[in-house]
Amino acid sequence: MELFIFYALMAFVLIAAFIAVETRNLLSAVICVGAIGFGGSLIFLFLKAPDIAMTQIVVEVLGLVILIRATISRDLTFISGDREFFGMVVSVVILFAIFMAGIGIFRQLPDFGTAVYTRTPEAASQTYVSRGLEETGASNIVTSVILDFRAYDTLGEATVLFASIIGATAILRKKAKKLPEDLDE
Amino acid sequence: MAYAWCFLLFMTGLYCAVVKKNMVKIVLGIIIMEYAVNIFLIMLGYRIGGVAPIVGKGELAGIDKVTSAFVNNCVDPLPQALVLTSIVISLGSLALMIALCIRTYERYGTFDITEIRRLRG
Repeated sequence: MELFIFYALMAFVLIAAFIAVETRNLLSAVICVGAIGFGGSLIFLFLKAPDIAMTQIVVEVLGLVILIRATISRDLTFISGDREFFGMVVSVVILFAIFMAGIGIFRQLPDFGTAVYTRTPEAASQTYVSRGLEETGASNIVTSVILDFRAYDTLGEATVLFASIIGATAILRKKAKKLPEDLDE
Repeated sequence: MAYAWCFLLFMTGLYCAVVKKNMVKIVLGIIIMEYAVNIFLIMLGYRIGGVAPIVGKGELAGIDKVTSAFVNNCVDPLPQALVLTSIVISLGSLALMIALCIRTYERYGTFDITEIRRLRG
């Protein structure tokens, strides 16, 4: 039963992705991307990742607000047609070829449901699971990884986030900074 | 099959980013690709019948030790931690891309990328 719900969620996400790609109305496309995000959050829950499910919901709400801010109150232009027909056909053929080549690579991975890290007893994840509580005192292993074992990674994440927000505010700034020669006049 | 589903979702996003003319549609394609890669990385660490990497009362053996049943059933915590980082960064990059789209719309009055060929100082 659980597996059936999981596959139903996957089908839902895929259908939402197709609608988001093919619909003409921009607002509908944005809402379909929101559906993908919330369905993905439920998939994370089924994959036993509750931390990621919570983060995904928060990020999805913020992202939907940003996207709707960009699309609403513009004229929802119905840009019809794709790019040049020949280029579209070529790109679709290339994408299909990449897809068929990639499917072959997935056969070399272990089956779905057997974690990759169980094959190597020396993997870092084994240490995190077996000694994480003892060494950091955090009962949530994911928390102990992001805030203790790999804390520099979280610091880098904060730096990247800060830089991107600075870039967004610099782009969206209404008044341009006055150049020195403008001030002299 | 689950991996192939992730790959199909990724290719849908790539098709949207390559073929569409609308700038917001391109951004949406990039977002769909991000979701596909995140779900794929989490799937790599999943075990059938596994438990979430949170130590409950039943999994304690002694004061600071976890039971071996927990070690043998726990899903991989490392991709979860790294995907957590990736999700938050994707929000920042989404804000940056949408800011670029809004400024372009204010200057040119359209989202159509084939109309934005002429440069203005």
